[in-house]
Amino acid sequence: MLTIGLGHYLTVAAILFTLGIFGIFLNRKNVIVILMSIELMLLAVNINLVAFSMHLQDMVGQIFTMFVLTVAAAEAAVGLAIIVVYVRNRGSIAVEDVNLMKG
Amino acid sequence: MLLQALAFYAFAAIAVAAGVMVISARNPVHSVLFLILAFFNAAGLFVLLGAEFLAMILVVVYVGAIAVLFLFVVMMLDINFVELRQGFLQYLPIGALIGLMLLAELILVGGTWAFSPEMSGAMPVPDLAGRTNTEAIGDILYTHYIYLFQTAGLVLLVAMIGAIVLTLRVRPGVRKQRPSDQVARTREEAVAIRKVSPGGGV
Repeated sequence: MLTIGLGHYLTVAAILFTLGIFGIFLNRKNVIVILMSIELMLLAVNINLVAFSMHLQDMVGQIFTMFVLTVAAAEAAVGLAIIVVYVRNRGSIAVEDVNLMKG
Repeated sequence: MLLQALAFYAFAAIAVAAGVMVISARNPVHSVLFLILAFFNAAGLFVLLGAEFLAMILVVVYVGAIAVLFLFVVMMLDINFVELRQGFLQYLPIGALIGLMLLAELILVGGTWAFSPEMSGAMPVPDLAGRTNTEAIGDILYTHYIYLFQTAGLVLLVAMIGAIVLTLRVRPGVRKQRPSDQVARTREEAVAIRKVSPGGGV
């Protein structure tokens, strides 16, 4: 209990990942919170990668975490830009209206 | 050892509690603030693991850039958030079902898997006394992973251009400065010398 091992970190990451999935289903109308849930899931993945990196004494996990961070930053920037354009056009961020965009 | 365990449980508990608040807060501004709290505590977990550089990157990139971006967008968009809350409970059962299924699967995976005996690291972590975490990452990132590093830069460039192109709005009827026209002006068309008689004016 007092010796913190790999399993403890994996448990925290699993809980955070599940919270992210749950958030996507719970906030079906609010795209911003859905994006935040995706960030939460990426954070859980990063915790997993770093925990395994330190457990296996292998630096590659931390390098990969940096690339995940890069992609997360790019995804957040483009996603928020899409939300801004969408709100400008429709005046709401309800995900259920998004299928109106199809051809 | 005790201090480490206490720190781990504190960071983990606050991170999970903040995660719960992110998805359940009524106001999206509060959601963003709880997301920042979750990131700070995840950075604390990274420090406990010994990955200091990634912990600092997490604080700088996530809290300093992404969370502030979220905050800007949430505050900039004038949206009726009460309306968005409708149907919140409608999706609760299916969301809880899928979440619990996933958690059960993760627990099953976590309980049954084991490391292969011939498992070994491709890039060993150096001794912390001789080489810091930042130096160790730099040693590998700029040698073995230089192409991936450059590609990551390209991904960020594409994202930046994409975000600018998406949000750029050309509005008609707005007076703008045209630097090329200003530079192309010659002395002949810009200045006229008149002889002004005293008391006469132009």
